[in-house]
Amino acid sequence: MVSASNVVKFFGKKKVVQDVSIQVEKGKITSLIGPNGAGKSTLLSIVSRLITSDEGEVRIDELDVAKCRGSELAKKVSILKQANHMTLKLTVRELVSFGRFPYSQGKLTAEDERYVDEAIDYMQLTDLQHTYLDELSGGQKQRAFLAMVIAQDTEYILLDEPLNNLDMKHAVQMMKVLRRLVDELGKTVVIVIHDINFASCYSDNIIAMKNGRVIREGTVNDIIKPSVLKEIYDMDINIEDVNENKICVYYA
Amino acid sequence: MKHKAILTVLVIGAVGLIALYMTIASGGNWDYILPRRGMKVLAMVITASTIGISTIIFQTMTNNRILTPSIMGMDSLYMLLQTALIFIVGSGSAFIMNRNLNFVVSVLLMMVFAMLLYKLLFRKEGANLFFLLLLGLIFGTFFSSISTFMQVLIDPNEFLMIQDRMFASFNNVSSDLVWVALGCIALTILWMWKDLKYLDVLALGRDQAVNLGVDYERVVRKLFLVTAVFVAISTALVGPILFLGLLVANVTYEVMKTYRHSYLMAASALIGIIAVVGGQLLVERVFSFTTTLSVIVNFIGGVYFLYLLLRERS
Repeated sequence: MVSASNVVKFFGKKKVVQDVSIQVEKGKITSLIGPNGAGKSTLLSIVSRLITSDEGEVRIDELDVAKCRGSELAKKVSILKQANHMTLKLTVRELVSFGRFPYSQGKLTAEDERYVDEAIDYMQLTDLQHTYLDELSGGQKQRAFLAMVIAQDTEYILLDEPLNNLDMKHAVQMMKVLRRLVDELGKTVVIVIHDINFASCYSDNIIAMKNGRVIREGTVNDIIKPSVLKEIYDMDINIEDVNENKICVYYA
Repeated sequence: MKHKAILTVLVIGAVGLIALYMTIASGGNWDYILPRRGMKVLAMVITASTIGISTIIFQTMTNNRILTPSIMGMDSLYMLLQTALIFIVGSGSAFIMNRNLNFVVSVLLMMVFAMLLYKLLFRKEGANLFFLLLLGLIFGTFFSSISTFMQVLIDPNEFLMIQDRMFASFNNVSSDLVWVALGCIALTILWMWKDLKYLDVLALGRDQAVNLGVDYERVVRKLFLVTAVFVAISTALVGPILFLGLLVANVTYEVMKTYRHSYLMAASALIGIIAVVGGQLLVERVFSFTTTLSVIVNFIGGVYFLYLLLRERS
């Protein structure tokens, strides 16, 4: 289980995360939603130790993120940020192999190679594995990075806006893969996501943030309600049931 | 293995050039020539490989392929020190005439500066490497300006002494210093040996490195110090020659086409040796000391870069 308690983070004098406590259930997809500037990405970065909090603590299965050795945590939790700007010229397979670094420290064993093969296969990148990353489309590149995370084989996978810049088809594919990771491999996935309908259709739990605080948390059915969404986004959102999914209509 | 084959070719090239340098136009005076030239070659090997390797490390740390460690302002500090010494105590003083003393003072000052720069900035959390570099750049400009100021006031004969220090020269390197430098560098390499494996991951950027379990702050601090030691030693040994780093590093990426730093670092050292020994051969045998190594390396480097640009376009 991932739990954060009383986390506070200042950027300069501005408090971007204010006294946040959350618990993330194991074996579920949890979506962090909320307006821009709510502190979602900052919270995710704190949980994944990319930035340190000013107060409070984060525990992942009883390991204190601030104190635990980075190399230990790297086998437990992985993070994929939205901006994956890459100066190196790498092939897909080379990138995915980096996912094994916490285990092999750079010298891949036969077992590591097997994990890499599996991850590439899982993301259906086998035909592209010797292609350079800069020759791939946005969707393929995103899949390659996710394959790296899968090769890292961590129990917890944190993703910051994984659907950014993806078209509808690739966004749906990405969410389906995340669903499979949870249902088939028993991973725990936490995503920061802006598209409320993807959050509604694919996640188990939703945590809503606004102005640096958690204002609501619960299952999809608890959160995807006009009254709750009004509180989060300050706008009237109709909700329609389409094929057993709750779809928010807010375009007009 | 393709990369090993390239490395073998580079080793043959470097050793061949060194052999040529040692034996050309010897006139049979082996007892005189070999130790003298040997010392020069050793100084060239030390300088070329430290500059090549430190530039590669520096560029990986900053994820930027056009920066060189000279942005930290250490070579400007070296020039300032030389100028200030001549300005204040005169060219006849022990600080200038005694090469060993000058070496020790220069290295110490450059290391203290690097540490201060680092301490100043990393006291607070959240300060990043680019602030450090920006600060280094500003200090570098500041040091150069003060040097220039003193140089225009100075006696012209004294200025000749400074001019001599402005360009890297392998012609009168003291043999004691070569051994001291070699020892320091060997110790430094030993010290960072275990952290070299992190370089490949650091090249992915900070976030990915942290994600993959690298203790980012510690590793970057260590590599920064390693770069500072290398730069300080090579500069104090032969003079400012950091321009070489940019050329060597980029030729290395072009030749090796890999992200693996074990290959990149070995290749950069070898390419550096080929450039410096080859350049020095040209200076001594073709131009009979009428030009300097920097001019030759810059000329060849410039032509090579133009070739790369033109090839990319077609």
